[in-house]
Amino acid sequence: MYERIREKLGILADAAKYDVSCSSSGSNRKNENKGLGDAEGTGICHTYTEDGRCVSLLKILLTNHCIFDCAFCVSRRSNDIKRTAFTVEEVVELTINFYRRNYIEGLFLSSGIFKNADYTMERLVRIVKKLRNEERFNGYIHLKTIPGASEELLKEAGMYADRMSINLEMPTEAGLRLLAPEKSHEEVKKPLGYIQRNIVQLESEKAVIKSVPKFVPAGQSTQIVIGATPETDRDIMYTANRYYQDFSLKRVYYSGYIPISHDNRLPVIGSQPPLVRENRLYQADWLVRFYGFNVQEILSDAHPNLDVDVDPKLSWALRNLDQFPVDVNTGDYHMILRVPGIGVASAIKIIQARKFARLHQDHLKKIGIAFNKARHFIRYADSPMQLRDYEAGHLKGVILSEGQSKYRKQASNQLSLF
Amino acid sequence: MELYVFDGSLEGMLTAVFDAYRRKSVSVKLVSAEHYLPDAFTTALHVTSDREKGKRVWQALCKKLGKEWQLNCYKTFLSEQPEAFQQLFSFIRYIIDNPQGAEANFAEPSVLYVSQMSRKVHREKHRMEAFVRFQKTGEGIFYAHIEPDFNVLPILTTHFRDRYADQRWIIYDLKRKYGLYYDLHQVTEITIDFGEEMSSNLNALPKQVLDPQEELYTLLWQDYFKSTGIPARKNMKLHIRHVPRRYWKYLSEKQG
Repeated sequence: MYERIREKLGILADAAKYDVSCSSSGSNRKNENKGLGDAEGTGICHTYTEDGRCVSLLKILLTNHCIFDCAFCVSRRSNDIKRTAFTVEEVVELTINFYRRNYIEGLFLSSGIFKNADYTMERLVRIVKKLRNEERFNGYIHLKTIPGASEELLKEAGMYADRMSINLEMPTEAGLRLLAPEKSHEEVKKPLGYIQRNIVQLESEKAVIKSVPKFVPAGQSTQIVIGATPETDRDIMYTANRYYQDFSLKRVYYSGYIPISHDNRLPVIGSQPPLVRENRLYQADWLVRFYGFNVQEILSDAHPNLDVDVDPKLSWALRNLDQFPVDVNTGDYHMILRVPGIGVASAIKIIQARKFARLHQDHLKKIGIAFNKARHFIRYADSPMQLRDYEAGHLKGVILSEGQSKYRKQASNQLSLF
Repeated sequence: MELYVFDGSLEGMLTAVFDAYRRKSVSVKLVSAEHYLPDAFTTALHVTSDREKGKRVWQALCKKLGKEWQLNCYKTFLSEQPEAFQQLFSFIRYIIDNPQGAEANFAEPSVLYVSQMSRKVHREKHRMEAFVRFQKTGEGIFYAHIEPDFNVLPILTTHFRDRYADQRWIIYDLKRKYGLYYDLHQVTEITIDFGEEMSSNLNALPKQVLDPQEELYTLLWQDYFKSTGIPARKNMKLHIRHVPRRYWKYLSEKQG
């Protein structure tokens, strides 16, 4: 008797896993009704898949029936796979029972498009409404915006969801047209903009009236598939940056394309997903969001792709050696933040600690900076005398030979000759 | 160097600080009775825990420290590490002796220690918030047991009470032999006599005391865990870094 629901979950979880968003943070939904769940504060990863990704939400499709035929998607119309759909009750039961056992933080609900956009969106809304109103569920809900759904439905969805997202899929309009002729970035911008305007409006009302209803309190996000089409890292990051700015997105996710189709427009099945590139893009994304970098400093026409062998912060530093060394005892916070091997937490500690005493090598190590990397770019109370300036290429060699990159071994699938 | 021995309680530790000020001790070595090994050359001073003295030290400390650092002190204490007592002792004296804001001096060893140890304890707390797996019993109580590295139950109460306000639950620490029980109104500390030694396997509760649907949801969760992984990206090193092997025994998805 378990077989039917087990099979459905297998199919619909499998089809949902290519959406990499996993975040369950940023909401402010408290358990105020003595109901079930609390989505306040930082998210929790309840487990990690064997590929090392966080599992925090029950991530499923409502159905994998779809009227579209996007080449990069497993659920595309022309793909010969088993199709199924959950009922509203099944999704609610699964969510509640997983949540009560502390398996998950909440639900991530997406869907293939059956019949049309409104028909699909209406069913998604029915599920979240039931969870909130009947089950008194205060856990986290991430809901997919279905492109083309009516504004009334989007507004209703936003009253119950913590986060909503809609995927750009390909980094450029041209790339998208190649693989998914039925879709466009314009279709994504419209609902992103509509929800964004509603969030802003409610925020301004909150300043005047105390008890305004919640509306997508954890904001919006999107996903860009990388490596399926030939765009450069510059194209990808510039697009991401524009969406961060235009729609105040909370996150842009970069998903290395996993070959799932024999379509000759796409990388062949069995080719390695671009994991290192994906990681470098996330690092660059962090530099822009938390380290005060401009995307133009990291990527430009002269430098259209991120280095694979060193991280983007080190890469930037090596291209701008004239700005170093920085004295940790006197330097500006923003400049200390730019030193390779010093993170946000360490930079703050350095600024605080140096008010009490001049910082020596020992202090810096204990504070927890990656000293071996950072030492080439900083001066401290007991820095050794340095007679000659390093040249960028040489310095890169020194740092690479001292550190152990987690990618160096993995990146070469090539057998070594000697 | 004077040797202070205390009973291992927070109150005892704070009393030791009080006594050190009263006796004008300059350099003190603090050990808990559990870790105390008498030797022929030092005479130990045995600290008698005293609520009033403890309270006065804590209040003096709170005047200098914000909420976050007060909690850091408590977390460091919960680590139960022998050197944590000594470091916390030094930290408290350092804060009381110096003007407001001294906790920002990360070049002072005890400040760094308390900051780092409290983060370790906090991480273990966070792991327990993630890795606890309740099993529903026939009586409708959601039960889980754990063996955390540090004594984190006291700082788990709020999280689980806020989250599972409409279900009865028990989280039991097998190592320290006590647990938390929420009865829909409040959380109380309990001890359970399991008869023979309870094994720390997840599936330790006998099937006949479990809710009939428990098996289904365990299966569904195991299925879900499998289908959500992407084989082409498999990276066990990363997996184990996030989910260290010592926690696998609690995790139903790692049993299937």
